[in-house]
Amino acid sequence: MLKRLKSYDDLITMRKSGNKKVKQDKVKVSICMTGCRALGAQEVYEEFSKQVKKQKLQDKIEVVETGCQGLCARAPVMTIDAPDAPSIFYGRVTVDIVPDIISSTIMKGEVIKKLCYAEAGKKIPYMDDIPFYSRQNKIVLRNCGIIDPNSIEQYIERKGYDAFAKALFEFDPERIISEITHSGIRGRGGAGFPTGLKWGFCRKAKGDVKYLICNADEGDPGAFMDRAILEGDPHAVIEGMLIGARAIGCEKGFVYVRAEYPIAVNHLRNAIAQAKKLNLLGNNILGSGFNFDLEIKMGAGAFVCGEETALIASIEGKRGMPRPRPPFPANSGLWGKPTNINNVETLANIPVIIAEGADWYKQLGTKNGSGTKIFALAGKVKNTGLVEVPMGTTLREIIFDIGGGVPGRNGFKAAQMGGPSGGCVPEEHLDLPIDYESVKAVGAIMGSGGLIVMDNETSMVDISRYFMEFVQEESCGKCVPCRVGTRKMLDILTRITKGEGCRSDIEDLKEMANVTQSASLCGLGQTAPNPVLSTIRYFMNEYEALIK
Amino acid sequence: MKDKTIDLKPVAKIVPKYSRDYESNLIAILQETQDVYGYLPKSVMKEISKLTDVPLTRIFGVVTFYSQFTLTPRGKHAIKICNGTACHVRGVDEVKEKVKEHLNVSEGETTADFKFTLETVACIGTCFLAPVMMVDDRYFGKLTTESVTDVVKEYSN
Repeated sequence: MLKRLKSYDDLITMRKSGNKKVKQDKVKVSICMTGCRALGAQEVYEEFSKQVKKQKLQDKIEVVETGCQGLCARAPVMTIDAPDAPSIFYGRVTVDIVPDIISSTIMKGEVIKKLCYAEAGKKIPYMDDIPFYSRQNKIVLRNCGIIDPNSIEQYIERKGYDAFAKALFEFDPERIISEITHSGIRGRGGAGFPTGLKWGFCRKAKGDVKYLICNADEGDPGAFMDRAILEGDPHAVIEGMLIGARAIGCEKGFVYVRAEYPIAVNHLRNAIAQAKKLNLLGNNILGSGFNFDLEIKMGAGAFVCGEETALIASIEGKRGMPRPRPPFPANSGLWGKPTNINNVETLANIPVIIAEGADWYKQLGTKNGSGTKIFALAGKVKNTGLVEVPMGTTLREIIFDIGGGVPGRNGFKAAQMGGPSGGCVPEEHLDLPIDYESVKAVGAIMGSGGLIVMDNETSMVDISRYFMEFVQEESCGKCVPCRVGTRKMLDILTRITKGEGCRSDIEDLKEMANVTQSASLCGLGQTAPNPVLSTIRYFMNEYEALIK
Repeated sequence: MKDKTIDLKPVAKIVPKYSRDYESNLIAILQETQDVYGYLPKSVMKEISKLTDVPLTRIFGVVTFYSQFTLTPRGKHAIKICNGTACHVRGVDEVKEKVKEHLNVSEGETTADFKFTLETVACIGTCFLAPVMMVDDRYFGKLTTESVTDVVKEYSN
């Protein structure tokens, strides 16, 4: 039963009583019930629960449904934590091996080798020994894969909502904004705008009603970090929004989330309902007099709605088409009111900054980008999954040390960063420390953190055509440069991939790319030519081979 | 299916739930309505317009803008094949061709028996399992031409 919290003390009491209840002598079995569902996690979970009941082991084993544990390549995955023992990580778990896991691993402490992660022929049973985990630094994903995302109690036990309470009772709004500004955090959605500055604009904007929007319209193909955060730790996003709302001075927020993410919507809905019951959302929160209400708005399948003005139009119930800026949403956004929009990952960072302080946060990362970044590692790489590393980590570390390299004999060719707005980074730049500026300098963008690895079998001209097809389909059609430019570039690229290209095609592509970049209304068109330009820059030989 | 045979009672029940603000809840109204009817028949859109005072032209504009909405009846099961970058690199095209061959339809089409509608979606965010597809709300990952055949057969029976 969730009881209304009337003060900061109530929250602390709830955390302490929760921590007392946690049984230290139980073996905790955490099963990923989000992404891993695609490969049978549901069935494994049900079998585990059934066996625990049948063998009357409820006092010995606690089975927890968690969000993403990161190493998706081994799905379905589970972590086993016995008291005073290192975490055991199992992958490719099947229903029929569940009784064995209970009888050997849990009862006798014996490791089942075939379920362990292997590297260079060696089985590695313990999570902390697996390079994929040991080389990461999980700040944003601090709870993801560890707690049950449907339990606000577990979130609070791990100091959840404490940063918000601190911001509410100990900081005034200016202090929150200066802390966020000082931390150096920049927007994780792609553009990398300093978050503190953005909040400051909205706070200063004139208007009695202001809105805060969480942009969870993660549309870049190849990006799935926002989905994982919402599914695995939805309260972190709500807490980030509460802190933001307090800083800006607004009482109403929206989460605009893709309809393609049913589990995320479900977990978020549940989290909001729980927070309301505890009076962490609603009126007079924790007895402070501060009010904030949160509503979910579902997208309906339009990539362009990730652009902030299009997103606002969509929340207003209109066709999601962008409009020219200024006025910026900070002054005139949702229903013409000052509006602040932040991405999911950005918001999930906020509680950590408030809890640990800006100085602590700044130690992570580089001069141009502090903190960590989550990358969604996919494509031709061994350890596909979610990776969180400090800014300034090199691509080589992410793809080879953490990702385990490229499987098969084809070898690494390029890493595509930033989805349809990004570019391909070739081998020669693998040792580049990644931050917003450095990635831009080599023709890609940080973007939302999608990282697709390509091997030598992948045709870069085909990739270029693929992205152009994507943006051409998703162009809303409002402005001519984007509508016509993407169509024309796609026509040329399709011709080239069919072997019907001619010599003038490359120059035509470059010229059209230039016009589309400089004349389009919104980010979609302005960045649409990036994949083409970056493949021309690094893989001209592939274009030439097809044209000749 | 003729429009005049369509029961307007469900939509009459959905719309008032959003009476606080019809205009900004238009997408939500249409989503809930499509969940019930399976698509958005003309008569139903007209009814929404009548009940909400939102012009039919605006409703039509919204319906045709967002890829989630459909003006034609769909099959019992929606097969959504992911066309994301990781799926593309990992060979989703072959998988897609196999599904098309089994169902004898093209993208966006519904089988004659109204059992399946085949769609492609931009990315369903399960790139680590590429190539991926969804049947209704269930995910199927690491697909091959063989495994996708099994999935289609499972739903055909």
